[in-house]
Amino acid sequence: MTTQIADVQGAYDASGKEKARSLQTIYVYEAPVRLWHWVNALAIVVLAVTGYFIGSPLPSVPGEASANFLMGYIRFAHFAAGQALIVFFILRVYWAFMGNTYARQLFYLPVWNKTWLWGVFYELRWYLFLVKDPKKYIGHNPLAHVAMFAFMLFLVFMMFSGMALYSEGAGRDSFWYAVAGWMFSIFPNSQDLHTWHHLGMWAIVTFVIVHVYAAVREDILSRQSMISSMVSGERLFRDDLKD
Amino acid sequence: MSAGMETFYEVIRRQGITRRSFTKFCSLTAASLGLGPTAATQMAEALETKPRIPVIWMHGLECTCCSESFIRSAHPLVKDVVLSMISLDYDDTIMAAAGHQAEAILEETRQKYKGQYILAVEGNPPLNEGGMFCIDGGRPFVEKLKEMAADAMAIIAWGACASWGCVQAAKPNPTRATPIDKVITDKPIIKVPGCPPIAEVMTGVVTFVTTFGRLPELDRQGRPKMFYSQRIHDKCYRRPHFDAGQFVEEWDDEGAKKGYCLYKMGCKGPTTYNACSTVRWNGGVSFPIQSGHGCIGCSEDNFWDKGSFYDRLTGINQFGIEANADKVGGAVAGVVAAGVAAHAAVTAVKRLASKKPEQVG
Repeated sequence: MTTQIADVQGAYDASGKEKARSLQTIYVYEAPVRLWHWVNALAIVVLAVTGYFIGSPLPSVPGEASANFLMGYIRFAHFAAGQALIVFFILRVYWAFMGNTYARQLFYLPVWNKTWLWGVFYELRWYLFLVKDPKKYIGHNPLAHVAMFAFMLFLVFMMFSGMALYSEGAGRDSFWYAVAGWMFSIFPNSQDLHTWHHLGMWAIVTFVIVHVYAAVREDILSRQSMISSMVSGERLFRDDLKD
Repeated sequence: MSAGMETFYEVIRRQGITRRSFTKFCSLTAASLGLGPTAATQMAEALETKPRIPVIWMHGLECTCCSESFIRSAHPLVKDVVLSMISLDYDDTIMAAAGHQAEAILEETRQKYKGQYILAVEGNPPLNEGGMFCIDGGRPFVEKLKEMAADAMAIIAWGACASWGCVQAAKPNPTRATPIDKVITDKPIIKVPGCPPIAEVMTGVVTFVTTFGRLPELDRQGRPKMFYSQRIHDKCYRRPHFDAGQFVEEWDDEGAKKGYCLYKMGCKGPTTYNACSTVRWNGGVSFPIQSGHGCIGCSEDNFWDKGSFYDRLTGINQFGIEANADKVGGAVAGVVAAGVAAHAAVTAVKRLASKKPEQVG
């Protein structure tokens, strides 16, 4: 029995009694995409928490100013996480060109594709409980694709507004001002940019709530792996095709 | 007026100012502009040889706080010197001439110094009702402004009014008060915002223009970089308390007594570009933060409509309630989270209801 398990492809339970039917697995998310995803997730958590405390600082610390650097460390963490986010985003854009088809999905919407458009509305109906069966997609489903694309736009706004705000301290001659100073042509009073950057944080928090919920829900209801796919890169479809 | 093309140096010597005082002024000004050691010599040379630039100083909708600030410029000589260095040919608030005589100077300057004079504007023109909300010399100020701007070399927009609009342009702006750069679009404009601008900043800008015969380098928003490229926050003497995380939490708390950072009290230093924390006011005596009150951001665009002076997070009142980014964003996130929870509940109920006895998986 033991040797049998060692030799045979396929899934058994631990006692070797029950055997799984064949499973469809497709490699979707390549390593750079997965790495980016988790670095991003971590950076966003750090950015949101530290960003919140920059807007509403913790209670004052006692002692001499020279002996404390609390706000300094919070801001440092925010800037470091922000710069990591930017660097990984640039690498991610590079990978959109180098990687497989699914590495490109985040960066454009195939609005000219009728099947895709149909899919957006189908998924919308699925989320409104209007259709019974979910569709399976190898990459993002069309509605998720729209959400991801919108999220990328938010992320781009957050990166540029963040760099612009960072340039306020770094100086008018800094690299950051050269890259993102144009934000101040749109928001001449940086107070407005601070407010929009802050609202952007809440937009991302909102996205995270929906993102995690949708991933868990799809993992269960659509009978395809979501969460583990972002770890292994492989998407597992749990049902065989009907003949 | 008749001083014509007399040089600055001739004028001050005639007024009994010693050469020693003159060179002192040059080195002080060069230092305050952040220029190198040779600049003082260049400055002296320029003031000795170049003719004085005629300046027309006009007043639109404003409170004259810019003039009040300007005349208090504190370097020992600046008050006398600057008023002589430029040939201030017209300033309806402080000139001796009045009526038609005074107005005639405008026409004379336009013809005699076409393209050579500087138009300094304090305040702004209201455009509603054909500009009838500001009548100057019997006609709308906006007409006078456009006329004088047409032949000017450059325009200095003094203060928040001329630069951004200030209080008269705050919501709902009944007179449609409009900053200078939205009315005059074909001339170089130097914005010197502040309500009022710092006296030394004003005289510094004038000195730069007269010394070098060109405008100082301006930033994206049209402000001279030398005075407006850093925030109050960047050079604030309370900055170490900010970095340490030591804040005034209440106006009468221990932190307030110890001079902690006023960030939580709504200080606008982190978003305000001005020289207050370096040059300070009244001859370097103090500035708002030094006297225990946060910066209100008076040199920033539209600062009257950016919520309370005492809130850290800017008010967002489009929703008809007193909100800020945290309240609005938190509400959105909360509603979405509730929606997600409801969606999950419906999903679960539907799934249980439709579950068939057949095995799953």
